[in-house]
Amino acid sequence: MSVGKKDISCPPEAPGTPLKDSDIKEKKVTYVEDHPDMRYAWTAGQAISRFLNELKEGKLIATKCNKCRRILFPPRIFCELCYKPIDDWVYVQDTGTVQTFSISYIDPDARPLKEPIIVAVIAVDGASKNMAFMHVLGEVEPEDVYIGMRVKAVWKPEEEREGSVTDIKYWKPMEK
Amino acid sequence: MKVERISGLKFHKKQDVAIVGAGMTTFKRRLNETGKELSYLAIKQALEEADMDLSDIEMVVMGSAPDTFDGLHMKGEYLLDGSGGSDRPYMRVFVGGGTGVFAPIAGYWHVASGLADICLVVCEEKMSSSYPHPQSAFKYIWDPILDRPLNPNLIWIFALEMNRYMHVHNIKHEDIALVSVKNKANALDHPCAQLAEKITVEDVLNSEPMALPVRRLDVSPPSDGAAALIMVAPHIARQVTDNPVWVTGVGWALDTTMWTNRDLYFPRYVAEAAKMAYRMAHVTDPRKEIDVAEPYDPFDYKELHHMEGLGLAKKGEAPILTKEGVTARDGDLPCSPSGGLLGVGNPIAATMGVKACELYWQLAYRAGKRQVAKEVTTGVCQAWGDLMQVGTVMVMSNKR
Amino acid sequence: MKVAVVGVGYSGFNANTPDLHWKEITLEAAARAYDDAGINPRKDVDSIVTCAEDIWEGFAIFDEFVPDQLGGVLKPTCTVCADFLFGVATAYMQIKSELADIAVVEAHSKASDILTFGETIKFAMDPIWLREIGNAHPYYFAALEMSQYVNECCITEEQLAEVVVKNKNNALRNSSAPYGSKITVEDVLNSPMVFDPMRKLEIAPRSDGAVVFVLANEDVARDITDTPIWVKGVGWWSETSNYDTMSFNAAYAYKAAKMAYKLAGITNPAKEIDIAEVDDRFAFKEFQHIEALQLSKRFETGTLMQEGYFAKDGELPVNVSGGSLGIGNLLEATGGQKALEIVLQLRRLAGRRQVDAETGVAQAWRYIPTASGAVAVFGV
Repeated sequence: MSVGKKDISCPPEAPGTPLKDSDIKEKKVTYVEDHPDMRYAWTAGQAISRFLNELKEGKLIATKCNKCRRILFPPRIFCELCYKPIDDWVYVQDTGTVQTFSISYIDPDARPLKEPIIVAVIAVDGASKNMAFMHVLGEVEPEDVYIGMRVKAVWKPEEEREGSVTDIKYWKPMEK
Repeated sequence: MKVERISGLKFHKKQDVAIVGAGMTTFKRRLNETGKELSYLAIKQALEEADMDLSDIEMVVMGSAPDTFDGLHMKGEYLLDGSGGSDRPYMRVFVGGGTGVFAPIAGYWHVASGLADICLVVCEEKMSSSYPHPQSAFKYIWDPILDRPLNPNLIWIFALEMNRYMHVHNIKHEDIALVSVKNKANALDHPCAQLAEKITVEDVLNSEPMALPVRRLDVSPPSDGAAALIMVAPHIARQVTDNPVWVTGVGWALDTTMWTNRDLYFPRYVAEAAKMAYRMAHVTDPRKEIDVAEPYDPFDYKELHHMEGLGLAKKGEAPILTKEGVTARDGDLPCSPSGGLLGVGNPIAATMGVKACELYWQLAYRAGKRQVAKEVTTGVCQAWGDLMQVGTVMVMSNKR
Repeated sequence: MKVAVVGVGYSGFNANTPDLHWKEITLEAAARAYDDAGINPRKDVDSIVTCAEDIWEGFAIFDEFVPDQLGGVLKPTCTVCADFLFGVATAYMQIKSELADIAVVEAHSKASDILTFGETIKFAMDPIWLREIGNAHPYYFAALEMSQYVNECCITEEQLAEVVVKNKNNALRNSSAPYGSKITVEDVLNSPMVFDPMRKLEIAPRSDGAVVFVLANEDVARDITDTPIWVKGVGWWSETSNYDTMSFNAAYAYKAAKMAYKLAGITNPAKEIDIAEVDDRFAFKEFQHIEALQLSKRFETGTLMQEGYFAKDGELPVNVSGGSLGIGNLLEATGGQKALEIVLQLRRLAGRRQVDAETGVAQAWRYIPTASGAVAVFGV
């Protein structure tokens, strides 16, 4: 047995039968297909409901914890570090700084995109340090984006807003 | 081999834990075997190495990542008979991508608590069942209100982190690409490898852009595969082998769901987990005391990121160590000598095969052509998961 | 070194929670548990175990959403994909391995968020052999097992109805039970036969809620509370995933209980257990589980049920809380509700439901289409 012997390499073999995508498309292997239909409706709860309603009004809202003095964005009803309820609701501005960004050439199903999406993590003005959230950038060329860039939100017109993070169309550079 | 167990009520004593056998299947983009069959193949190898059979196993721990890949709810229950869990205490643990090293940690506490003397740990992943692409399953990991309306792709979060890491430490993509080059070359000696090849830094920098700065050759592929480990109590280890590999430290930590509220340049969740594991293992200076490391490398920059989190390099120093050859197989601190996820494949939970199992084989001097040049006593393996949240760390040693 | 439950907290249980996010019900349960134990989760807790299955929640990696509301940010937190009692076993092992002094176990159910419940259960069935058979709601899976079991053990319709009557009437004394009602055996026998031989009233409807337990090792437990409830034994077992080779006799519960009793040093469960909470999400399951836990002999359980042996003022009260029939199907938190009731009873905090008990057992099954379950024995 290989136990205790120092000259046997492991793993001893690599069992498994690789397949190609064409094997499946050409039905060379048997398979079963299923298209599940599972739907959920998560109740938004207190914090997120308020956040979404404010988005519909064209405003960004955060919550404040008086113990650690952080202004928490996105808002939540409890401070996860102090483990206590938050004390106040505070509006924050719709301007911010790019903390990091990426130029994406693929969609969620890993298919290539014609126009790249510029996604960024934006630290919002008025909230504590690093209180950022993810959104997309627009009206800017990919090569002009840099970390530290100042950006401002471009909102959808009031009648089109639904109470979702997409009520902000994108964030554009503030210099222009 | 019939292992002799101590009979009578022995459930009250904490005991040390050793690893005496491991196995893994090939990692490929698409395998014909079902999840149950893959688990069986990996377990068979592990049992053969330990010279045991399934009747010796007392408890089974299974690790498997999102149910959505297999298209099954409660997939732990479905996979249990292929995983040796039939007619046994069986439990499935899951911490996202960190499961590769977390499942052995769960195996550790099954034996260390005294409730079992022989525990089988098996990890399996079948990503290919998910259509149109396993990436599609990652649509459902995001927060439905804050992130999902933007149609994010999983690569985004890595690209955002990589960009931040490069920016804070002023690291060039060329230096990061060296990791991909090293690991894919290391994987040429691994029989189960999916993407082993000799590439250059230029190949990486010219490869297809996915979400800049991430390019195709910076990423590990989705794979199918399975791996297994056998963890035993000391009196069993003595019967099986003269050279068991001991688990000396375990640690795991989970950071806040609000990943955008963190500065992504440093994986503090890995640092916390490593702190816990090193304290248990009495490791005070990881850079000196760790002889071989298997940090999690789903992307090339992640190996560097995690090396710093594990304390194997100072912040920003990891690319320098790579450039100087310190992390090569014949270097002073070999990292990912197996070829890691970049070279062998990334079947999420089954990466246990290239992390925990590989560390065990290295410390048992059974890694064959992949065996590192220096003498090894202590090693660390680590996995990462969720939305940049989970760090799971295990320290092993071949001396008790 | 023993392990004790030093704090419990729960939220609910309600048929529906339209005003609260599941994070918020978990937060409520956790805050109550930490207050009960008198600890600060950010400082004192060493490990958190969540019991959750992705597809019940609707996320691909549910583990991501766990830490914040439990105070687990940057702490060892993990997810076990199983029922609450498996989580109790995990926390027990973590404490015994000295990886943690204080460990927290959490499970919750937000079944009201799931719009396609039947489809979700169907998603758990074998995609090749089982899923596409017929278009019925997957409860038929349990009905098939029931059919074999009641025939083998000669359980009559009236005896099954007694379970429903007992539990739903018990639930009237439980202010957290949404499905309590004053029903009689005739009401049950008149309810529609939805999956012959299973009647509508024999199936537990869904409900929401969260349960959090704080466990600690012996020294810490004696320090922080005067009423530690000892976790005397834990056990868990899986039979098989193959439908055709399942015992249909709750063998998983029998083996899990055997393991738990051995740890607890219990040799005659029928005499030594004072109170039990068993999984009764289908009425026939209560019989199966009572027998599997060795609380009564096979072929005798039906008669004992009719005689009131398992009633609140009987010899061995079972599901005094109202069980799942009275409280609802709490998905993975079912075991949590069972354990919660046992702990409250042993602490003498059960109000109008209080019985005299020093040792109790909680048991849960992992629901359709599995044959896995876990058992925990608690004592003062």
